[in-house]
This record gives sequence, C-alpha cells and structure tokens, in this order.
Amino acid sequence: MDSLRELYQEVILDHGKNPRNFNTPDDPTNKALGNNPLCGDQLTVYLKVNSGVVEDVAFIGRGCAISIASASMMTEFIKGKSEDEIKQIFNKFHEMCTEDASDKSTIEELEKLQVLSGVREFPTRVKCATLPWHTLLAALAGEKEVTTE
Amino acid sequence: MMSLRTDEHEKHTFNVDKVRKDFPIFKECMNGQPLVFLDTAASAQKPNQVIDSIRDIYQTEYANVHRGLYKISEALTAKYEGVREIISDYINTEHTTEIVFTRNATESINLVARSFGTAFLKENDEIILSELEHHANIVPWQMLRDEIGVIIKVAPINDEGEIIMYEFEKLLCNRTKLVAISHMSNVLGSILPVKEITRLSQAVGAKVLIDGCQAITHLPVDVQEIGCDFYVFSGHKLYGPSGVGVLYAREELLEIMPPFMGGGDMISSVTFEESTWAKIPHKFEAGTPAIVQVIGLGVAIEYLKSLGLEDIRKYEKTILDYATQKLLDIEGLRLIGTAEDKASVLSFTLDFAHAHDIATIIDSSGVAVRAGHHCAQPLMNRMNVAATVRASLGLYNTEEDIDRLVSSLHNVNEIFN
Repeated sequence: MDSLRELYQEVILDHGKNPRNFNTPDDPTNKALGNNPLCGDQLTVYLKVNSGVVEDVAFIGRGCAISIASASMMTEFIKGKSEDEIKQIFNKFHEMCTEDASDKSTIEELEKLQVLSGVREFPTRVKCATLPWHTLLAALAGEKEVTTE
Repeated sequence: MMSLRTDEHEKHTFNVDKVRKDFPIFKECMNGQPLVFLDTAASAQKPNQVIDSIRDIYQTEYANVHRGLYKISEALTAKYEGVREIISDYINTEHTTEIVFTRNATESINLVARSFGTAFLKENDEIILSELEHHANIVPWQMLRDEIGVIIKVAPINDEGEIIMYEFEKLLCNRTKLVAISHMSNVLGSILPVKEITRLSQAVGAKVLIDGCQAITHLPVDVQEIGCDFYVFSGHKLYGPSGVGVLYAREELLEIMPPFMGGGDMISSVTFEESTWAKIPHKFEAGTPAIVQVIGLGVAIEYLKSLGLEDIRKYEKTILDYATQKLLDIEGLRLIGTAEDKASVLSFTLDFAHAHDIATIIDSSGVAVRAGHHCAQPLMNRMNVAATVRASLGLYNTEEDIDRLVSSLHNVNEIFN
C-alpha cells in the first residue's frame, strides 16, 4: 500500500481529475497523436512554437490517472521553454521513471514532476507516465503520430 | 490413454476446496497476499495432473513421435495420437482425423485463412465477422483481404453485447463465402447462437469458422450439433499447457485444402522435383509437434471429465451470479456485457477510476485481473469505452475470491474519492 500511496499522491489525483490545459487550441503550429497500444490510451498534444520556443501547449485524450496527470503537469512545466531545454527535461524525466539509482540532483531539476517518480515501482505503468512526453517530442519533430513500443 | 465418454448418469460432487488443492499456484502469494486469480480468460492455471504428466514424460518416456523404430517412441506416439481421440470425443467430431494440432487458436485461424482462404476464396467474395471478435479473428482476414481482395462485413451487436440476428441475416447473400465468429466473447462473456448462425450461413453456401477459445473452457461443445465447418481453440485456456492449439475442420475440407507449412512429418514422399503430402491431419502438421504439450492437453481434458463437466458448469454459474450481484452493488460500477446468455467473464468500469489504475491498485491486494482493450479494440469502440477491467472465472474460483475482489475495489474508491 505504501508504494501505491507514493504512486497515487494527491497532486497526481488532482491533475488526473482536473487536467490543466485540457483543450483543443484553434491555431497550433504542431500537433501529434500518442498511442499506447498495450492499453488503447490515446492523447493529442498541441503546440504553438515560435522561434524554437513553446509559447503555448495543450492536450486532449483519454487515459489513466497517471497518463492524464503526467500530460497535465507536462503542459504546465514546458510552457515558455525552448526545444533544447525540453529535450533535456525529457531525458531526465525518462531517467527518473525508469532508473532506480537516478541522480538526486538531476531529479531536483524536474521540480513538481518528481511526484511521478513512484511509477518506477510499477514497471507496467512507466509508459503511462512517459506517453505524453513521447507525444510532445513527436509534435516538436513534426511527426503526426507516435506509438510507445 | 483411453478416451472415455463421460457417463451422464455418473454422480459427481464438485468440491471446489478439493479442486483448488490440485492447482499448486494457489499455495503462492502475490504482493504478500494469497493469490486471487481472475484472469482465466487470458490463460488458465494448471492442475498437478497436467504438470506431473509433463514432468513424467520428460523424465521417463520422452522421444520424438512418428518416426522412432523403438519402444519409447512408439509408446509416446500412441499417447500423442491418443489425444486426438480425446479431443474428438470432447467436441464430438465425426472422425479423429478432423483434429489438427497447431500452436494456438491464432495459428488455427491463420491456417484456415492461408490454406482455405487463398485456395477457395477470390476477389469480392465476402467474409462476415462480428463486432465482438478478438483481434485473432480479425487480422488474418484483413491480411487475406489485402492479398486477394475479399470483402469483410461486420455483424453488429446490441448494447448488452448480443449479436443482432436480423442485422446478421441482412449481411448474408450469395457472395458470402465465410462467416468467422466467436462462440463466446472474451470481453463480454456473451454466448453467441452459433448453431443458428451456422444454419443461416450454410443456407447461402458459406462456410463457418467458430472461434471457441472461451467457449471450450465453459460450455459443452458439439461440433456436429453446431454443424460448423471449422472450430478452433487453444489448449492453455482449457487448463492445459501453452503451445498447443486445435483446429477442427470437416474431413472433406481438410482433404481439399492445401498444406499450410511445408517440412518433415507432413509429406508422403519428397524428391527435388516434387513432394506429395501426408494424409490428413498430418498434412497440416509440419515439423516436430508440441508433443508433450499435446499430451498435457489430453490430461487436462481427462481431468475435467473426472470432475464432471456438467457439475463444473453449474458451479461456475453460481460464482458468476454471485460475482454479478456483488459487483452491481458497487456504486459507480458499470458492467460491460449483460447478455442474457453469458458465462464466466465480468468486464466493468468504475466511473471514478481508469481500468489500469484499478488493476494496479488491486494487484497490490493480490488480485489478478486484466485491464485494457483485451485484444478487441473494435468492440471497445462499439461499447464506447477505452478500456475495461476484466475479471474472468475458472473452475477454481470461489465466493471468497469475489469478496476479495470487491474489497480491493473499495481500496480504489478510498484512493480516488
């Protein structure tokens, strides 16, 4: 039950129930659809990119509490950041979700996103947390669709 | 290994506590809790009788089949071939040679698509599937469509998860050459009227393939009574080993169907100019088969018969009814699949938590269920759900298992509300 509480923290449940930036913007410059074929979860990430900076971000989709919360928190975290910064954050986030001995100082840079580190204890759920990020990267790269392997 | 027809008048008393002792997995814990296994629709647990038979063969009886000119090979060949009789008896085929061993039901369907499909279907011929099919009974037909241009039509189901027969009938016409349909839904538990479907389909000249993966575990199956042309199932859902599946096909069809794979064991003679095929069913069994798994499947069927098939079904029904009632008492729970005629599968959603979150949370209480689309994405779309939790029953499940499921669902409520 402890690792469960760690996974389903209040802040995750809150973002899962009331996702932020959950809408379809009128004029996105980039968008991508993310699929998790294991569970059928799907989400679409919309970006407004200007001179390499993500000025606005939104998403819609359906999924578990972990994937919706992760997407919601991601949109709050990356707004105003450059593509390069986002790629670095993605790498750190991915490391946090998958590697047991990930560097504490690395994780600290992820600030609020650290609450998602509980997925490490649930290997089948890691993709729930990383699906929004894979979709984000696909959108930035101009790809229309991404599937978690 | 003799094949014995179950004496209908023989008295059995189904004792689930005794039966559970036959399944060593139930001595195990999951996440520190005694295992509650509610995923038999994915794969069933194995009784000691099956496990022991596999070990015994490898320890004292093992040799390849069909070619050894020595005692243990002959003996094991007889045992292996004896399983054809056991299965023939179990599903009441006219001939033992109508039983083909494959790797699993998926391979059985692919065999029919590749062999029967490419040889006897042509462009614009129509194949009818239903909305509740498993991907295994969709994708092989799409591959065939892409190759030869057959047309796939889909018979709809209603909100309860029952096939709408008048809609199905509307799809039937003289272009219909094959109807491929489940006997029982792996997601909804609905039992389809396969005898009626077969009768109507054959009346327009179509052949009928029935996916019996779920039905074989929970229902009496009599292929002659159904009248179907093909019937497929896997061994591992029938308390047997994984790695063995069965294709039943009517003898006259097997005779005219070309081989599926080439190799040893399926030939009569080989020269570099040409080869001739072995007689059925061996024509369809290239290479060394899953010898021990096949024999294990025979043992599993004999085990079920020793418990009394009718008693097992009656018992499973009591647990299904108990579970249905208990689940419906949970606020916010929606049962997906409420067909009048159903068995052993309970799919549901909770309005406050996603299926995957539910599965993760109840896993920590030792409860094993499946969550997701259950390899039936078109059905999920039809029922307007992204994913469901599926609790599926086997002969070893008890009311206590259901109580543990229900109490673990209360943990979900605690976390989410």
